[in-house]
Amino acid sequence: MIVARTGNEAMAEAMRQINPDVVAAYPITPATEVVQLFSKFVHDGDVDTEFVPAESEHSAISACVGASAAGARVMTSTASQGLALMHEILFIAAGLRVPIVICLVNRSLSSPINIHCDHSDTLASRDSGWLQIYTENAQEAYDTTIQLVKVAEQALLPGIVSTDAFIISHGMERVELVDDNEVPKFLGERKLNYSLLDVDNPVTLGALDLQDFFFEHKRSEIDAMDHVLPIIERVQKEYGDKFGRYYSTVDEYKMDDAEVVIIAMGSTGGTAKVAVERLREKGKKVGLVRARVYRPFPKDAMLKAVTKAKVIGIMDRADTLSTLGGHLYNDVRSILYDTATRPLLKNYIYGLGGRDISIEEIEAIYDELFNIKKSGKVDKNIVYYGVRGE
Amino acid sequence: MMASLKQLAAQEEKFAGGHRGCAGCGASIIARQVLMAAENPVVVGAATGCLEVFSTIYPYSAWEVPYVHNAFENVAATMAGVESAYKALKKKGKIKKDLRFIAFGGDGGTYDIGLQALSGMIERRHRVLYVCYNNEAYMNTGIQRSSATPRGAHTTTSPAGKVIPGKLQLRKNLTEIIIAHEPAYAAQATFGYWNDLVTKVRKALAVEGPSFINIYAPCRLGWAYAPEKTVKVSKMAVETCIWPLYEYQDGQYRITVKPKEKKPITEFINSQGRFEHLFKWKDDVPIREYQEEIDFIWNRLLKRTESQ
Ligand SMILES: Cc1ncc(C[n+]2csc(CCOP(=O)(O)OP(=O)(O)O)c2C)c(N)n1
Ligand code: SF4
Ligand SMILES: [Mg+2]
Repeated sequence: MIVARTGNEAMAEAMRQINPDVVAAYPITPATEVVQLFSKFVHDGDVDTEFVPAESEHSAISACVGASAAGARVMTSTASQGLALMHEILFIAAGLRVPIVICLVNRSLSSPINIHCDHSDTLASRDSGWLQIYTENAQEAYDTTIQLVKVAEQALLPGIVSTDAFIISHGMERVELVDDNEVPKFLGERKLNYSLLDVDNPVTLGALDLQDFFFEHKRSEIDAMDHVLPIIERVQKEYGDKFGRYYSTVDEYKMDDAEVVIIAMGSTGGTAKVAVERLREKGKKVGLVRARVYRPFPKDAMLKAVTKAKVIGIMDRADTLSTLGGHLYNDVRSILYDTATRPLLKNYIYGLGGRDISIEEIEAIYDELFNIKKSGKVDKNIVYYGVRGE
Repeated sequence: MMASLKQLAAQEEKFAGGHRGCAGCGASIIARQVLMAAENPVVVGAATGCLEVFSTIYPYSAWEVPYVHNAFENVAATMAGVESAYKALKKKGKIKKDLRFIAFGGDGGTYDIGLQALSGMIERRHRVLYVCYNNEAYMNTGIQRSSATPRGAHTTTSPAGKVIPGKLQLRKNLTEIIIAHEPAYAAQATFGYWNDLVTKVRKALAVEGPSFINIYAPCRLGWAYAPEKTVKVSKMAVETCIWPLYEYQDGQYRITVKPKEKKPITEFINSQGRFEHLFKWKDDVPIREYQEEIDFIWNRLLKRTESQ
């Protein structure tokens, strides 16, 4: 079915079709709408979900942990400060290996307080052990939400699927929905190794784990991250085979012969694709790589995508405040260290607090990257793009 | 409802011995008594704190029932999630048994950092019994003050100093705060009156909505008394009305154990090192203020029960 939906509506539709056992959530702009729409589904009897309108995000995610440990299929939705308030429990959820999916809208973290898009919220949770997938449009947000439930349950890892605040969350787009009854079929039942509700086989979950065992348990969690990419790829393929829309961990656009490349995340991927088209019309060998799956980092796919690149501009919609530039920049720089022909890199920190990035600006970035290619050197590795006084 | 010791003793143990609690730890007696009282199978959650630490040092667990520990401030929310999962899965026929849910939190995890989550759990009417085992300080981290710590008590963050003799403030009356939420059942108990405690747990697990029991949990380490005195200290708290045993249900207050003769609080506090400095203090202000608080709360409770 083809419909017009905003990113939030698309995510809420996915949640309706997934029909989770438990949703515990708390409102926050710009993700509130997801929670509202879902509440309506609950009150209209469109889903069987036990909805827990928690008194904070901390409690919402805590309830999700309890519910998932009890064997339920569990989801929530949040943004920015909400995710920050969940921070403590994100690590616990991942460590306890309880699958939970967060439909997240990327909004900048305070302060200054702001409600618009950047990626500082999810990137601050980067090392929490959650899968992170950044989507480019409402369609992808919808498809990925469904896929991530399956991945999370198979890998026993929680995951975040995100959209860019307002740009995607509130932008109306053409979205193709899967038939209602196909989604539960695609997901199947959640398979359990144990459950808190199995009183005949009691388990102790969340024991105090000291010097003699903690490291092995943490290592096994790291191991799960090491092995989840094939699961993501398998689910992406199953989904594509069934519903006709294929995704990859790293989204490549016109990369076959690209020499000058931009790597970006989220909705900027879409904007940059238009810039690439324009420049290609002028005969320029440009390409775009979108880091779709960000955690774990799809190192091999990323390396493969950029092997032929001579110059790469890495666009980060957040800064690490470490003097070392953005998160994505540091990741890409790190994986390129061991390659024989290291391309030249430049980091563009842009769009903080929802500042727009235009097609023309991205074209200008490509131009700059061509100049770097010509001169063979990067004067300044990290620049703040589109900010006054720079 | 009345339980007999014989019956209780014949049960299979749900909270095993051999854990790492101090000898004479009140919290461990509470965990055992509460689980003994439960007639349905239970799922338990615990907040970070002494009980959680000493009962589940991996690879050991004292819990013979399903148990989850999430964090310090969120056991109420965690168990709300477990109970919601139960409701959802029961509706779908995936769970057949009739289960009950019990959250254990210390006074720090309940009066202070976990108050919001508990308030939310009750307001949303999750059918969970929340047990606060109240040892009147943050014991696990080395005896720091909480809002349950009484006036004058020495803790490591309200020390008996040269100019300030222990904690300056009075205790927060959490039980009344919870009662203001109109839970399906609320009570105060302590293990020295085991029959009263068991009866209350059974009532709490029988009601359809949220329930709360604030259980006084003498702590030999933090209160500084000999381990064998634990039960005696528990009883003395009731005899001095420092810990009135009462319950609240359907808008009615009921005192469940009325001391024959209300003893002065000095008979309770002189048994514990945490109050030792008060007897050497230049004036009687801390003890007097504590006594006045106890009298005020007890008299109000008497009035509430008389007027009914
Ligand atoms: C968010 C957070 N803050 C602080 C701590 C440290 N901490 C662990 S247990 C505890 C005190 C527990 O006190 P209480 O709830 O009274 O339980 P008790 O140890 O007295 O049984 C504290 C402060 C923590 N684990 N998490
Ligand atoms: S410090 Fe107190 S509460 Fe903690 S184990 Fe010892 S007696 Fe029990
Ligand atoms: Mg305590």
